[in-house]
Amino acid sequence: MSGTFVGMPVFPSAARTALADTQLRHNLAHATSTIRGKRSRLVEEVDESIGGDDSGWERLRLAGAAVKESALRDLDRHLVALEEALTARGATVHWARDAAEANAIVVSVAKAHQADEVVKVKSMVTQEIGLNEALEAEGVLAWETDLAELIVQLGDDLPSHILVPAIHRNRAEIREIFLRRMKDVGRPAPADLTDEPAVLAGAAREHLREKFLRAKVAVSGANFAVADTGTLVVVESEGNGRMCLTLPEVLVSVVGIEKVVPTWEMLDPLLRLLPRSSTGERMNPYTSTWTGVTPGDGPQEVHVVLLDNGRTRALADEVGRQALRCIRCSACLNVCPVYERTGGHAYGSVYPGPIGAILNPLLRGTGDPQTDSLPYASSLCGACFEACPVRIDIPEVLVHLRAKVVDGHRGDRVPKAEAVAMRAAEFALSDARRLGWAERASGVAGRVAGRFGRRALPGGRRSLSRVPGGSAWTSARDLPAPATESFRTWWKRTDGGREETR
Amino acid sequence: MSAREEILGRVRSALEGVERLTDVPVAPRVTTAADRVVELFVERVEDYRAVVTRCAPADLAATVRAALPAGGTVVVPPGLGVEVPGAIEDTGLTAAELDRIDAVVTEARVGIAETGTIVLDHGPGQGRRALSLVPDQHVCIVRVDQVVTDVPDAVALLDPLRPLTWISGPSATSDIELDRVEGVHGPRHLHVVVVG
Repeated sequence: MSGTFVGMPVFPSAARTALADTQLRHNLAHATSTIRGKRSRLVEEVDESIGGDDSGWERLRLAGAAVKESALRDLDRHLVALEEALTARGATVHWARDAAEANAIVVSVAKAHQADEVVKVKSMVTQEIGLNEALEAEGVLAWETDLAELIVQLGDDLPSHILVPAIHRNRAEIREIFLRRMKDVGRPAPADLTDEPAVLAGAAREHLREKFLRAKVAVSGANFAVADTGTLVVVESEGNGRMCLTLPEVLVSVVGIEKVVPTWEMLDPLLRLLPRSSTGERMNPYTSTWTGVTPGDGPQEVHVVLLDNGRTRALADEVGRQALRCIRCSACLNVCPVYERTGGHAYGSVYPGPIGAILNPLLRGTGDPQTDSLPYASSLCGACFEACPVRIDIPEVLVHLRAKVVDGHRGDRVPKAEAVAMRAAEFALSDARRLGWAERASGVAGRVAGRFGRRALPGGRRSLSRVPGGSAWTSARDLPAPATESFRTWWKRTDGGREETR
Repeated sequence: MSAREEILGRVRSALEGVERLTDVPVAPRVTTAADRVVELFVERVEDYRAVVTRCAPADLAATVRAALPAGGTVVVPPGLGVEVPGAIEDTGLTAAELDRIDAVVTEARVGIAETGTIVLDHGPGQGRRALSLVPDQHVCIVRVDQVVTDVPDAVALLDPLRPLTWISGPSATSDIELDRVEGVHGPRHLHVVVVG
């Protein structure tokens, strides 16, 4: 039904393809600049309405980060409390070590009710575990009901953004997908469908309504799981979430163990941070909270699947642990200069952008070439850290993971180019005489290479976009041409700059 | 070993030697003047392109009537504190039956000024969750004494053991080019009546 990320190329090759797609770059630049503007206006508003000398937004971030951090550092206790509270309120709690176990639990619930379809609330975790494909393999159709997820599903496409998985599609493309595909899976799109966003949204409303009204089983994730009360929280915009959480008889929620928030009161900073960071709104249109089963209101059979799938691996990583604070707002994607140009598909995962560049290696472990390429998909500019509502120091984790990737190759028979370069540098830099030779050689190379430089970097310096020999470094970056004279030679020649004209 | 035991074991070993964090800073509060709270609530709800009408308690019934579509069918929850002539009272209508009704009138539990949010805890006068979801128009009555300043005030008032629906404007989406448009699956028309 949807595509798959399995077998994606490493980031630099995927990025090169994406960069050549001008429509994609246009769609992304338009969307991310819109959302950046909305978010920054709200951050200023929070600063003003809180007042005081320190930034109110920054103090809110500190509070949000501390809530998630305190939950993670006491996770075992909170998980046990969550389970107890949920069970006391009539929910059935399941534990799943990995994707296969979680999928099998959801499949068995659907089968127990002879369901041949389920309606789904947009959820990152069910994408992560490939739930739709697992259900389909067992003859159960999973209908995505979030507008962007519907666009991705109908277009046999892959999600490219955490919040807006169809961010790479513009209105004309969406209209074409609706006209072509809706008729195959339910109520067709009206023949006179235009590309007005309101008209497209109206078509999705008509198309999905019959599915909401007849579905017996719904599947959701959760934005937060409150340990002391057993309350699950889903934050959404369209009302598709409310439909799924309210109308069916059976509800299964797949919840990553890092979604825990210790107490009900601690939801406060997170509910203020998430919508402003995510869609750039003071509050999202709908937030639903429910605690187990409410007699006479909503699903009377409630299941919660607590999922590990690599989260304990990430938790064991001292530096990387902070990534589990992530509340999936996608602010880091919207401010990232790399994401803005390559889009989400190049990251080869449902978690793209800066957070994906650290979350994927943390959840899966390093060692696979595609995963290992992700920590390098960044210029380390730090915009992601500045935007993160729970203060995840993404650049710090990126550098830490690069070290892990390099460490993972120490024993290789053919060392990585980077390791060879570093060893050469160590050899040259540890001896003044050797350094002198190396610098003279580089000056010659610079004079030669300067002639081939085709482009200028900011400041007018010549750059090389491809160095002869096909270095892995320059296939993804433009390299400044080496200076024609080394600093030490220049110092000697000009007597430390005193005779610069010489 | 069960999945539960194994996951809890992995968590414990990952956290070995990690200090618990006991000192969580209190989230900062906004400094909105008390006499501006209701006015701000109205402004912020209107920002979402919802319709807001203010009225005195004596005019509530007339104001609600005027907010409803002429000739449309209306459903109300048991315990609603205002008479809506011609309305059907919810006695467990099916989703399909609700889908044929044009509008619903409910009360609310709390209004949040800073974010322009209404929270329903689905107690008497508010009805079960499906009631304020399926019909295309939601007329929601909020008393001025129910309006609080910001999210932390609401969190402190609300009972998490009840199902809660936080509503900020009509159903909307930003999924097409990140441009907000109103009207997807939830009620496309939200009319908030602020009483008092």
